Amino acid sequence: MIELNDVHKSFGQVEVLKGITASVQKGEVVCIIGPSGSGKSTILRCINGLESYDRGEISVEGLKVDRDASSIVNIRTQVSMVFQRFNLFPHRTVLENVIEGPLFVKKEPRAQVYERGRALLARVGLAEKADVHPPQLSGGQQQRVAIARALAMQPKAILFDEPTSALDPELVGDVLGVMRKLADDGMTMVVVTHEMGFARDVADRVLFIDGGVIVEQGPAKALLNQPQHPRTQDFLRRVLHPL
Amino acid sequence: MKGFWHDAVEFFPILMSGVALTIVVTIGSLLLSTALGLIWAMMRVSGIKALSMLSASLINVIRGIPIIVLLFYLYFVMPDLGVTLSALQAAILGLGIAYSAYQAENFRAGIEAIDKGQIEAAQSIGMGWWLTMRRVVLPQAVRIVLPPYGNVMIMMLKDSSQASTITVAELALQGKLIASSTFKNTNVFTMVALMYLTMSIPLILLVRHFEKRAGKK
Repeated sequence: MIELNDVHKSFGQVEVLKGITASVQKGEVVCIIGPSGSGKSTILRCINGLESYDRGEISVEGLKVDRDASSIVNIRTQVSMVFQRFNLFPHRTVLENVIEGPLFVKKEPRAQVYERGRALLARVGLAEKADVHPPQLSGGQQQRVAIARALAMQPKAILFDEPTSALDPELVGDVLGVMRKLADDGMTMVVVTHEMGFARDVADRVLFIDGGVIVEQGPAKALLNQPQHPRTQDFLRRVLHPL
Repeated sequence: MKGFWHDAVEFFPILMSGVALTIVVTIGSLLLSTALGLIWAMMRVSGIKALSMLSASLINVIRGIPIIVLLFYLYFVMPDLGVTLSALQAAILGLGIAYSAYQAENFRAGIEAIDKGQIEAAQSIGMGWWLTMRRVVLPQAVRIVLPPYGNVMIMMLKDSSQASTITVAELALQGKLIASSTFKNTNVFTMVALMYLTMSIPLILLVRHFEKRAGKK
């Protein structure tokens, strides 16, 4: 349902994406791994139009992603995003954060939206936090609220941009647990992550990106256990055995 | 200061009529400058180059002209162009326009202080520019903007005295008229000063309240 065809993107003189071609099927969980600055996050940000791209084409269910076209709103309501730094709205309560999109963008009936909002908070284990403001929550809780906010849009896919990188290590598990449940429920997910355990256990496919190109891709277990390309081998060795 | 209390009682009603006009001018120009300032600031951050440049030049022109000249222009020059304003209208319009430049810069600073991640989060749930402003950026910017906004209120209260130069009989002008007809300069201007101070104090307390709230976060 998400297609990238020869996507190029430069920031000034620096070309960060040098021809990315990939696709994500419905119900698939794809993890993108690779060193910092390799262009992983940029791919996600291009898919829902937070960044423009220079060449090639990205489409979601056949609809071309063009951040200057009015159709971008349509794409964004179908493809949600979860950010590294949560980006919850600090001036609104947890429940208000979750229902903001359905209520003000999709203009769904109030009662229905509130009901779904509460149900989603229960699903991520935060039903009792509905009326507090995000800054009062731990990082892990905030990220779970952000996932509920993404789900509230009833998206066809969710993009996760290093969702656990800003968390204390002991809080990572809660967030990954919620994401694993989502995957089990059949949600289409694209996850930029450094959590190799999550990638191996939950992902269907893994893309290894370095220097703005896909160096290697394949089924998660095969790629992570028997990487073929020397750069993949080197990267995984450094990540899995840093000492 | 001889007979200060006696004079105070005698002149109080006249000065109070000046106070009433001072308040009208201040509130009127405050509302106008807020509305205009918001428009300039929105144009400035709209991301549309023509609007942004237009707003920037407007702000510079307004900032570069003394308030008193702006008032003279509205009150003495506009009639030549076929637009006749009452003194009060000219005063409110002039002060409102003059202060809109400062308001705009203050609002812009508040808007630009909002974390970019907030805007991206709003966009990622499908919000357009206007909805992002209304639901996400402006409510958070208000907290940042309020303390300097309170200071502008105090400055406007005092600068409303410039309306006296175009015959608006507000507090400063009433004081001047009484003083020049009674020669009781000391008593009259002391009263005028005390009355401005009395009006400023609640505003000063308000600013302090805003600052505490903004600091708490």
